[in-house]
Parts: sequence; structure tokens; C-alpha cells
Amino acid sequence: MNKYAFIIDVGKCENCNNCFLACKDEHCDNDWPGYSRPQPLHGHRWMNILKKERGVFPLIDVAYLPKPCFHCDDAPCVSAGRGGLRKREDGIVIVDSAKACGNRDLVSACPHGALWWNEEEKMVQKCTFCAHLLDDGWQVPRCVQACPTGALSIFRGSDETLREKIVEQELQPPPDSQNRGGSPRCFYRNLQRYTSCFLAGSVGVEQDGVEECGVGARVVLKKENEVVAEQLCDEFGDFRFDGLAPGSGEYLLEISYNGKVMKSGPIRLSASRSAGTFVFSS
Amino acid sequence: MQTLLRTVMRTHTGFSSRCLKTALKTLPAMARLKTWRDPEVKNRLRQRDMTALISVRDIGLKILLCCRGGTVTASESQGEKTEIEIIFNDAATVWQLVFARNDHLTILNAMKNFRVEVRGADEKVIWFIQTLSHLAGLQKEVEYGTKMGGGVVRYVNNTNGGPVFVYVRNGKIVRITPIEFDDRDGRSWTITARGRSFTPPRRGTVNPYVFGLRSLIYSKDRLLYPMKRVDFDPRGDRNPQNRGISSYERVSWDEALDIVAAEIKRVKREHGPGAILNSCGSHHTWGNIGYWLSAKTRFMNSIGSSQVVHNPDSWEGWYWGAVHHWGNSIRNGASDTYGTVEDCLKEAEMIVFWSSDPESTSGVYGAFEGTVRRQWAKSLGIRMVHIDPFYNHTAALLGGKWIAPRPDTGNAMALAIAWVWITEDLYDKEYVAERTTGFAKWRDYVLGVTDGTAKTPEWQEPETGVPGRVVRSLARQWGSRKTYLSPGGLAGFGGACRCATGIEWARSMVCLMAMQGLGKPGVNLGCLQQGAPVDTHFYFPGYAEGGLSGDLDNTGLRVSMYQRMVQLPSMNPVSQLVPRMRIPEAILGEEITGYPTDPKSIEGQFRKFGYPAPGHSPIRLYYKYGGSHFGTMGDSNRYVRAYRSERLEFVVNQSIWFEGEAKFADILLPACTNFERWDIGETANSGGYSHHQFIQWNHRIVTMQHKCIEPLGESRSDYQIFLDLANRLGLGNLFSEAMTELDWCRRLFDASDLPTRVSWKDFVKKGYYVVPAPAEQNRAPVSWRWFAEGREKDVPELAPLPADYAEKWRKGLQTQSGKLEFESSSLKRFDPDDPERPPLPSYIPSWEGHHVKELYEKYPLNLVSPHPRYSFHTMFDGKDSIINDVREHRTLIDGYYYWIVRINSVDARERGIADNTLVRMYNDRGAVILAAQVTDRVPPKTVISAEGSAVYDPVGEPGHSADRGGCVNLLTSSRNIISRSHSTPSNSCLVQIQPWSSGDVS
Repeated sequence: MNKYAFIIDVGKCENCNNCFLACKDEHCDNDWPGYSRPQPLHGHRWMNILKKERGVFPLIDVAYLPKPCFHCDDAPCVSAGRGGLRKREDGIVIVDSAKACGNRDLVSACPHGALWWNEEEKMVQKCTFCAHLLDDGWQVPRCVQACPTGALSIFRGSDETLREKIVEQELQPPPDSQNRGGSPRCFYRNLQRYTSCFLAGSVGVEQDGVEECGVGARVVLKKENEVVAEQLCDEFGDFRFDGLAPGSGEYLLEISYNGKVMKSGPIRLSASRSAGTFVFSS
Repeated sequence: MQTLLRTVMRTHTGFSSRCLKTALKTLPAMARLKTWRDPEVKNRLRQRDMTALISVRDIGLKILLCCRGGTVTASESQGEKTEIEIIFNDAATVWQLVFARNDHLTILNAMKNFRVEVRGADEKVIWFIQTLSHLAGLQKEVEYGTKMGGGVVRYVNNTNGGPVFVYVRNGKIVRITPIEFDDRDGRSWTITARGRSFTPPRRGTVNPYVFGLRSLIYSKDRLLYPMKRVDFDPRGDRNPQNRGISSYERVSWDEALDIVAAEIKRVKREHGPGAILNSCGSHHTWGNIGYWLSAKTRFMNSIGSSQVVHNPDSWEGWYWGAVHHWGNSIRNGASDTYGTVEDCLKEAEMIVFWSSDPESTSGVYGAFEGTVRRQWAKSLGIRMVHIDPFYNHTAALLGGKWIAPRPDTGNAMALAIAWVWITEDLYDKEYVAERTTGFAKWRDYVLGVTDGTAKTPEWQEPETGVPGRVVRSLARQWGSRKTYLSPGGLAGFGGACRCATGIEWARSMVCLMAMQGLGKPGVNLGCLQQGAPVDTHFYFPGYAEGGLSGDLDNTGLRVSMYQRMVQLPSMNPVSQLVPRMRIPEAILGEEITGYPTDPKSIEGQFRKFGYPAPGHSPIRLYYKYGGSHFGTMGDSNRYVRAYRSERLEFVVNQSIWFEGEAKFADILLPACTNFERWDIGETANSGGYSHHQFIQWNHRIVTMQHKCIEPLGESRSDYQIFLDLANRLGLGNLFSEAMTELDWCRRLFDASDLPTRVSWKDFVKKGYYVVPAPAEQNRAPVSWRWFAEGREKDVPELAPLPADYAEKWRKGLQTQSGKLEFESSSLKRFDPDDPERPPLPSYIPSWEGHHVKELYEKYPLNLVSPHPRYSFHTMFDGKDSIINDVREHRTLIDGYYYWIVRINSVDARERGIADNTLVRMYNDRGAVILAAQVTDRVPPKTVISAEGSAVYDPVGEPGHSADRGGCVNLLTSSRNIISRSHSTPSNSCLVQIQPWSSGDVS
């Protein structure tokens, strides 16, 4: 049986909101009998784009995490829904408008925050994977069609093929989704852009009375006297150790240039940060 | 046919006369036949009863045509009085016109030489002529759209943000999507670079706001009926002081149109020429026929009105500055960018984005077409550097070094880069020697030989806040790698060109490229946003080519279309000009000086003009089109206050939505969107100042813009509204040439190259045509390559004008020397001692920046107001659209959607501001209430809040209180960048920010 899943590349999302808005274009003021009642004009985020800004001026970056309904296998909402939500054979989870009506408690049935209460319709609503379109011959849902960067895509195939793809492409489940219940059918590439943190900094070198960028300065990152990583500063004298776990404790930096060494730390890494600028005097 | 025509015309008058009489008398039989076969003709004839006299003077023929109850009768006239008369000078003309059919030149020549004249009410004449056209079989109902099953029809339309499919069921729009090509659509191009092949996806992209359209079309803020301000009485109290305060009442179209027509006549009678002013935004709903440069221009010319001169607000520094060093006046000082996608992918090693965020601004009309090309560049390892006070969305997507200068200091860094190149021998000396003039003088200025100040990286540090070492490193990388410079999202735009130092910044960008050998492989302008290898030899006009305007002076009509689409010319007899940035002062009757946006030559901008023009009336009647100015013009409380002046006797606003300054009109005329009328237009093809703008797109997509639904409520198309007014002013026939909008679309189709590729029938049915990519050998050459190699110009643009070449046509640049000029000869001629704009690009600190001590102490934050990402200026913003829900556009707090301002975490902490704190941003010009977004994407002391709020919502008296709609331009200066210009310095704006308490209306 071919089943659907979302595959989302965090490295390609630029928060253009085309997915979020195309979803609204499809569902606000449109009734798709058998699939969904109209989404309210405002308030719902069936495709919810979360933002993570990392670092301190001027060494920062920004990542976005588009978050639709994960269409979980063993979905907690389906088990809690008393028929208000159902799992289709193709993996898509759909709200049954008749049976879900009036049950406000269902909103909390989703541990991932993908259910939204429609006050007018008196029912929960969520991303339908645009099942009404797929059943009508469309190849992809509206959000994927609208995505200009290739960040959003879908998978259609057997669970076995999906498992292979996950391993092969190092796809990750949604952050913090484990142990919350359900097995999400939504996987991410480059998720570390959103979940990990970095320690960055800049190196300057005084030469001939002016400060130059510490191009090629060696920076060693240590934790409990063990070398975690090392790198050479780039042409702007910047370094950045990425992929560190937030709250992963205290780090030390050892920076060397032309035989001179500077040390910094301990640096407690609760979130991405800059260690500042290290200037080697002549 | 021609032979037959000539035979009949030459034949003896008696024979001709008999033939004519017979022909005219067979009209009723023809009508009967037509009504039997064609229900549309039948319905049309039933629309009204009418009597018409057709006379042919030379043969004394007079035939009376009666149309009653859907039946036509013909008889010889016995001198009855008829509603309309059509008078032919001679029988030969009748025959000529009978056979002319769609030969508009023949028809117009007959009209101009009075060989045919019409009398009677315009509206009736137009109906009669269109009915004759139906009888002659010239009007065939067009079949259009694609049936998708389930009662859904898919139509096509077009927008600022890309072409779209429009799904309609039961007369209502169900969805709007991007266009995906099918196998029959024109082929795509492929670029081979560094061993890889790149082909764009077979689709069009769209901007986010395009998905907001359905919610905007059906918005609760749509104007559905003509409205009158309740306390406006054209015959009694007008109460101008209540504009922006009083409510409106619904009136009939007849009442509204009668009032507007009567007011137009009254002010002309009472005040004379010049009393009518029309103004509109720079952009409009898409389409060449309905565009403001088309229908509106033709109408305003027809009634005679003072013209608003648009400052070149996208280009400012380029138009007033860069043009003096490299010419390119026709592009307002921006550069052409042909062939640069291929050259950049093949050759470039680095791209410097300077004040350039194409992922937000889409160049202009470019949707996300450039995104995939920049992703290719990234995958090829081309380095990227982003110079911008905001860590913008392009930087966030692509990565690379972010360098954040203090706003409004741009060319200090540019001079320091030049200093490094000069002192470290990192520039192209041979190119400088052969292709440029004046370098030695500029070099001496940069080195400090002339003024004692060496423009070192350390010198620029206190100006820009960027460490000298970073600038030194940037200069070395740039000077030793083949580098593309993208000043602005389009080469020749950028927020840095719209500030007090903007002219000097743009000039210094030209100088930097001149030092690096502009045009050599991999050394050019752009960021892959422009320069796709699409077919530039296939002709379809851009909107700035004037549509049906008939205006050779103020549109690009004379470039191609005056020969291709014959039409009645329209000339405005009123020569009075009003600088757009001075509309409030003009309304208040003040004396004003202005400088024109005249891209014909480098010197066009020097021609100073005054207001009021000699012998002209000051403005008394304001015909406003839409509601944009409060959210887009500088110090816009001025505009609010001007509306409420007694000197302004009448304000009419023709608007789709009840928004912004539309709420300050006396009469509101509800216009419909382009989804409710016919039009035709090519994606991103603006023509005019941005020749071949469509090279931003991966495919050229020409669209028939289907009338997808009927106009909502009683709204009407702009064309129809102008025609309704023109009919009341006895101008209807001249305005319309008795043609419908669909007729005009057909005329424009015929005037383009489309008929060589696709039939009208097929084009209308499918709704779009993808121009196939040209053979590789027919791709446009790379811009500037010819110049770098000392050849004659070979890129496909007509400009500059032949007379602007010193040597011969297409030899050298438009500058006096024909070379890139470090020291500008045009500025030396104009005023060599101008301290604001000296002939050498220099560092002149901002007049509203950190050097202005007292002001800076009071207002220590630099506000940058870039183009918004999720709306197109004021278009698509507000109006209860789904765009309001985009977190980085507006924020919902206590039930209200506030415009956002980004503030650095340090500045926020000092002021007790957190995410979503409502803040009051203010200076001496006004105050705006905004929602804070605390971020390190901006440096300390810099705040970012986009221009373009469509909502003006004063918390107290309009023009004198804080606005919580988000019009940050209430705070920006109305001063010109330099006094001898007409230019907005919107990014030179010092402000203070504090938390807002809701009782504070100041």
C-alpha cells in the first residue's frame, strides 16, 4: 500500500509563508465535503512555521521549521477521538466533521499542537494533506505546490521504502516528538539548523599598526579537557562550531595564531552564542 | 477584396449610390439572420430602442435605421429627428470603412479628416457602433478557460507576484495557484557551468501575497457601491475639515458620476487649466489595458489635468548619481543585466549583495524565479557576502558573511574598499586606463592627497561601525576574485540608494566596478535575479509602453507601440507639474520647485520647474486613484492634513478597497480587481525604465487575463468608470474609440508578436503562452562585455538615443567621454562646485544621521524602512486578508493586527521591551504604534520597520496623532536627498522607541 509522508528540508526554508498562505487559500471559506469544513479566515495555522534565531549580533543565523499535522501512525488524536478523527489507508489522518462536532477536548488530543478549534464550526480542524486534491488526481498538496525553494516535499510509497529513505538520507523525526505519542509521518532534513546550537567568534590580529582578520587562526573547542572539534578561521577571521547540543555544559576555547595562544572559558552553552572577538597583539 | 473595393470606389457615383442604398437597406435582413443565429446579437438588439440617421453627403443619401424591440428596420429618411447621426463625407469612405473592418489606421484617418462624423450622446453612439460591429460578425463570443470537472473552470490571470491559475465554481473563485506548464508549452533553457547542467523547473513561482488574493477579492473592506461622504454637499456645505472623520452613505452610480462630472466641469470653468490633479500609486493591478499608464492616462489627458511627477523612488541614488558616471539614463541610472545568469554561474567566484534582499523584494515582479538560480550558485561554491543593516532573508537562506553597516553610511565603506585596492594594487589598471576617465583625481581623493583624509578601513569604522579588519578582508577577497556586485535586489535599486548618502553610495558602486573591470568574465552586476537566457527577440509590450493611453510623452508608447497599435493620440494641454513628494504643499497653494524624472538624457534631470506653472490654477480638485500615499510617501502626516484643507474643493477616489487615504474622499468610485475584467499582459514585463524586465523570469509567460468572475457588488472596471465619466463629458467616443476592454486586448494581441505563434482563439482559450527559450546562439550577449572588450554595443536595447553617442551609434557609453567616468563631466557642466553633489563621488555624512548631534541625542535609533516582504507596498496589506496572519508581517495583539518593528535585543532591554510589546516609535514628525520583534538580526541602534502599510488608523485627530495602522512613513523626511533633485531619503530617519500605553494618542 502506498502511503504518504511529509519530507521537509529546514535548510531550504526561508519563511516565505507560501505554504501557510496556500493552505489558507485552499481551506478558508471552502467546504470540502468528506474532508474538511471551512477553515476560519484568521487564527488557524494548519501549516505552522516556527522560527529559531541563533547567536548574538553579528554572528547569527535563522532557521525555520514548517510544522504541519504529522499524520502520525498510532495517532493519539485518533485513539482519543472516538471516531472524530480517522486514519486513512494511505496514512492521512482526517477529521470526521460529523463525529468531531462539539468535542472541544480533542484539541488537546494532539501532543504536537496540530489541532485547532474552530469556534464557528464547533469542531477541531487540521491539515488534511489536501486529501481532497490527491483523491482528485493532484500530485501534491497545496503547500508543496506553493513552495518555491524545494523545502517541502512529500513521499508516497511503502513503509519499507520510507524506512530506507530515512536511513539513506539521514532524515529526522520532528523535534521533541519522541515519547509524546504517535509515530509522525513527517521527517526533516538539516534539522540541526533548528535544534542544535553553535559557539562562534572572531579573531583579529594586530599587524603593522592595524588590525587584520585572523585568517587561518586555529581554534580548538574543548570540553572537560577533551578536544571536541577544531577549525581554522575563515577569511573574515570567524569561527563557528555548529551542531552542539543546547545545554550541553561548559566549553573551553583555545585559539592559536603564529605560535601565540589565547584561551577562553569556561563558556556555558545554554543557547547559541558568540565568544566575542579575540585580538592577538603584535 | 482590395481590388473589389477599388473597383466599387472608382465606379460612377450613381452606381455606388445604388449599391450603398441597397446595402444599408439589407441591414434589417442581416440583423434578422444574425439574431436567429447568434443569441448574443439578439440580446444586444433587445437592450435598447434607438433611431439612427446614416447620411452620405456627396450622394445625398439619408437612411433612417430604427431598432425597436429587438428588430431593425431601414427606410429613406423623411427628415425625422434621430437620437444619433453618422455622417459620411462621401460614398467612397463608406465603402472603405465597410471593408476596413479591424484596420484601425483607416478608421482613425477617416475620423481625423472628418470623412466620418458622429453626433448624439456618446453612450448611444458607442452602443450603436458596437452593435454594427456585432452585425458585421466582428464580435464573436470567445470561449475561454479549461473545464476541470465538477463544475470547476480554470482561468488564467496575472499579478505583481506572478501569473496564476484561477479556479472558479458557480461564479466564485475557489482557489488561486501558480501556473504549472504542460508538454505543449515552450521549451526551457539549459545552462552548462563548471561541468553541470542547470534547467529551471517547468512552472512559474509566485510571491506569498498572491495567495492572499482570494481573501482580498472577497474582503469585507471591498468598496462595492459608490459612496458619498455624509456631510459633503456639492451644492452647499462641503465640510472639507471632516475628511477622514465622517462616514459615508451609499449613492447610485448615476448620482456619483453626475457629481464627479459636474465637479470636473465646474473647476475648469471657475479656475481654469491646472485645477485638477490626479495621483496614483506607482503600481496597479496587472494588465496592459487597465493599467494606470493606459486607461487612466488617456482619461486624464482627455479632461486636462496637472500631472504628478513621480520621483524615481526605486532608483533615487542611481538616477541622481550613478547616471552621471555610466549613463544608462533610460533605466533611471540602473544597469542592464543581459546574459548575467550564465556568466555568473560559469565564471564568478563571489557575489557581494549590497543592500540587496531579492528573497524579500523579488527584484520587482520576479517572484521566486531567482531563488533556484542562487541555490545553483551556492551548490557551485560561489561565495556570498551580504552588506545590509538587516540580516535579511537572502542572507538567512544562502548563508555567507553578514556585514552590517550603520544605515546611511554606505559609501564610507565603498571608499575604504577602493583605498585597499589602490594601496594593495588590487584593481584592473589596464581597464581603468582604457575604459575610464578621471581615475587619478578620484584616487587622490580616496588616498587623502586632496583633502588630507585617507579613506582607510579604520577611517570608515566610526562611520559604519564595521571593524576595519572586516572591510580590509572584504576588499582583498573582492579584489582577488571574479566578483558580481548586486547593489539592490535588482542591480540599481537598494534601500541604500534612498537615504541622505544614497546618491554618493550609488556613484561609488559604479566606481568600484570600474576599478574591477566591469564586463569581464565573472565581473558584473546582479545576484542572479536578472539575466536569464530567455528570448529577447520576441516582442510583447510592457505596461509602461502605454496600452491604450495614446500618450507619446508620458509613457513608453513611442518605443514600439505607436507603430504597432494604431490609436488616437491623447495629449494633455495642461503643462503644470506637481512633484509627488510635494502634493500636500501644492494643495495648500505653496510655491514649489521640482526636478523632473526625465530619463531621455543624462541632463533631463537638471531642468528645474516651478509650481504653480505660469498662468495655471493651483489644485482644487483631486482625483485620487487608490489609497497608497500615507503608507509610502515621506512625512505623510502632511498628506493627511492637506486633505482637510478648504483649498481642496473636491476629492474623488477611485479605489478597489476602503483603505488608507480612500477614507478621505468626498466621493468614492468602486473599481473592481483585474479578476473581474478583461486584460492582457506579460509577467514582469513593465517596459519603460526597466526594458526587458522579464529577464528576471525563467520563462516568458504572456497571459490573457481572463475575466474570471463578474465584478463584485456594483464595482466596475477602471476603464468602464472612465468611460462612464467620459460619456458625461462628451468624450466617450474619443476615449474608447467605441471599443470594449476585450476589443482592446485583441488590438494589443495583434500588435505584438503573438499572432506569429498562436491564434487569438487558442490564446484566449488557454490563457497563456510560454515563449520558447531561444537557441543558444540567439541568447542575449552579456551586458558590458562589449564595452570591456572595446567593441560596439551588442546587447538588445535601443538606448541611449542615437544623438547621445559622441562617436557613432552603439560606440561607447552615454557619458560625454563615452567611458566610465570617475569624475562626472555632466556634473562638471551642471555645477562643478555643488557641495551636495560634487563631480567626484565623495563621502558626505548624512544630514539626518549620527553626526547631527542634537537630533541624534534626542532620537538615537536609525530607522530603515525596506519594502515589505509579504505585501507589495500597500497592495495586499490590511483589508482583513490572510496576509495579516503572517507572523513577520503583522502581529495580532488584543484583537488588532499591528505592523511590526524589529529592534536589537540590547536596545529592547534598555527600554523594557519584549517580543510583542506594543511600542510607540516617534520623532518630531509623528508617532506610530507598532508591535516589537526583538532580534539580533539588526545591530544595536538600528530598527527596521517596512514601508507600505495600507492601514492608516489615527488614535486621535487625523494628521496630528499617533497611527496604529503602521504607516512608518509618518516619521520619514520629506526633504530631498539633495536640494536639486526630487528624491526620497526615507532611510535617513532618526527615531526613538518606548513602550506604548494605550491611552497615549500623541
